[in-house]
Amino acid sequence: MDLYRETILDHYKNPRNFGHLSGANVTSEEINVSCGDRIAIEMRIESRGKARIVSDIRFFGEGCAINQASASMLTEKVKGLDTRRVMRISLDDIQTMLGTTLTPSRVKCAILPLEAIQKAIRSLS
Amino acid sequence: MSMFDAKTIQKDFPQLQRKIHGKRIVYLDSTATSLKPQSVIDKEDEYYTLYTANVFRGIYTTSEEATAAYEHARDVAATLIHAKMSEEIVFTRNTSESINLVAYSLLLHDISPGERIVTTIMEHHSNFVPWQQLGKERGVAVDIWNLTPEGELDLGDLEKLVTRKTRIVAVTAASNVLGTINPISKIVRTVKRLNSKCLVLVDAAQAVPHMPVDVQEWGADFVAFSSHKMLGPTGIGVLWANREQLDAMHPFNYGGEMISEVHVDRTVFKPAPHKFEAGTPHIAGVIGFGAAVEYLMKLGLDNVRAHEEALVAYAIEQFSRMSEVKYLGPQDAKKRGGVFAMTMKGAHPHDIAQILNEDNVFVRAGNHCAMPLHENLGVASTVRASFYVYTAKEDIDVLMESLGKVKKIFG
Repeated sequence: MDLYRETILDHYKNPRNFGHLSGANVTSEEINVSCGDRIAIEMRIESRGKARIVSDIRFFGEGCAINQASASMLTEKVKGLDTRRVMRISLDDIQTMLGTTLTPSRVKCAILPLEAIQKAIRSLS
Repeated sequence: MSMFDAKTIQKDFPQLQRKIHGKRIVYLDSTATSLKPQSVIDKEDEYYTLYTANVFRGIYTTSEEATAAYEHARDVAATLIHAKMSEEIVFTRNTSESINLVAYSLLLHDISPGERIVTTIMEHHSNFVPWQQLGKERGVAVDIWNLTPEGELDLGDLEKLVTRKTRIVAVTAASNVLGTINPISKIVRTVKRLNSKCLVLVDAAQAVPHMPVDVQEWGADFVAFSSHKMLGPTGIGVLWANREQLDAMHPFNYGGEMISEVHVDRTVFKPAPHKFEAGTPHIAGVIGFGAAVEYLMKLGLDNVRAHEEALVAYAIEQFSRMSEVKYLGPQDAKKRGGVFAMTMKGAHPHDIAQILNEDNVFVRAGNHCAMPLHENLGVASTVRASFYVYTAKEDIDVLMESLGKVKKIFG
């Protein structure tokens, strides 16, 4: 049962960056059709020179432990990052972040928050 | 009932002999698809090994053997559901296709704007989407029969739902989520009293595998079900309708096998059921389906139902000791089939299913092809455990133990 390690359960039960962001300038939403779960992302992205930095981020929605923990950990990870680096985050990075490999049926749960964040960034450019 | 021993039955199912990570499998997803007994696997294999040939064409021995085995399956299916004759059994790909056949062959060109269709909120998408889409295409309203708080249908609601304009009432015999067994005979009688011309189509995908079904007693116009949920191969469905009804319907798939004469400018179709079975059919699948029907009839469908009712009663008792778990549908074992769609406080269905998988307890998480129902009940998704002939009480014990682990992790 290594999937449900302490860190994942901790992020599930006490999600970081959960809720709405005042002053957000970009939002997006993704739905997992297999279970009806949805996740919404709100971000403030600021230009600093040539870079565009994720200065703050929140997420909300309902989902399984993998989905919510992934969102919680990912929002911590991308805060302060240049959007170009965020766009390079891959499924492998998500699995490393979660500290586990996922079976095919659970990949969608874990990747949904990343897809929402990257969709939001794409909508800016 | 005393003759019925799930543990002996398990021996007929090779997949239940399999061990994963050294542990046996507890298969609790028969509502999605059932496991197959060796006799069905052997029968399908027999066609491919001994008499592979196309049906209805050859004058040679193996083609005649294949045709006989194919038509034998139709005969036993007719016997199983008390059809008046084998010609009332149309082979399709699955329940969805059987229902689409009625929508396309009968109603698409025959229903007029202003007429109405009734279906229920507890339907599987297979008996919901075809009517919704037909409604959109033809400008026909679809009226939804809603649930009582117990998760049942109230016959009294039909008084308002069925009008002179209602062409068809499409209803499931047993819900794949709530477990609710609907009183089909009473529903049909009520509908016909309100509008004698109104058709009734029954989605029997969760009934024919689990209980005695008598289409004469039901009195419906159409009955649809699938082989793969009743121990048979995937890719085979059945549509039953009486001979006159089938004769009056136009085929909606054209091509090989379904014709008796083709000329440059016209075609004469074969009589039913063959006019609905265009192209070379899934011969091995139909032959395997015949073996599945024979296996079930040997067990006796009343015994199957008694076995499942006892399991349901046992599960209800076990669930009552686990207050975190809530299941949908009636609380009375007599009113429901062996299907429990559950939610658990603090745990998401995906996570529950994943943790159960660690113990080789195979359940389904999601909305079980019944999104309108889940929306109506205000639950995003559920985790569903379902039972069949090979399910033993011990399997329910393992389920409960596994749910206990979920509780520990998420409680």
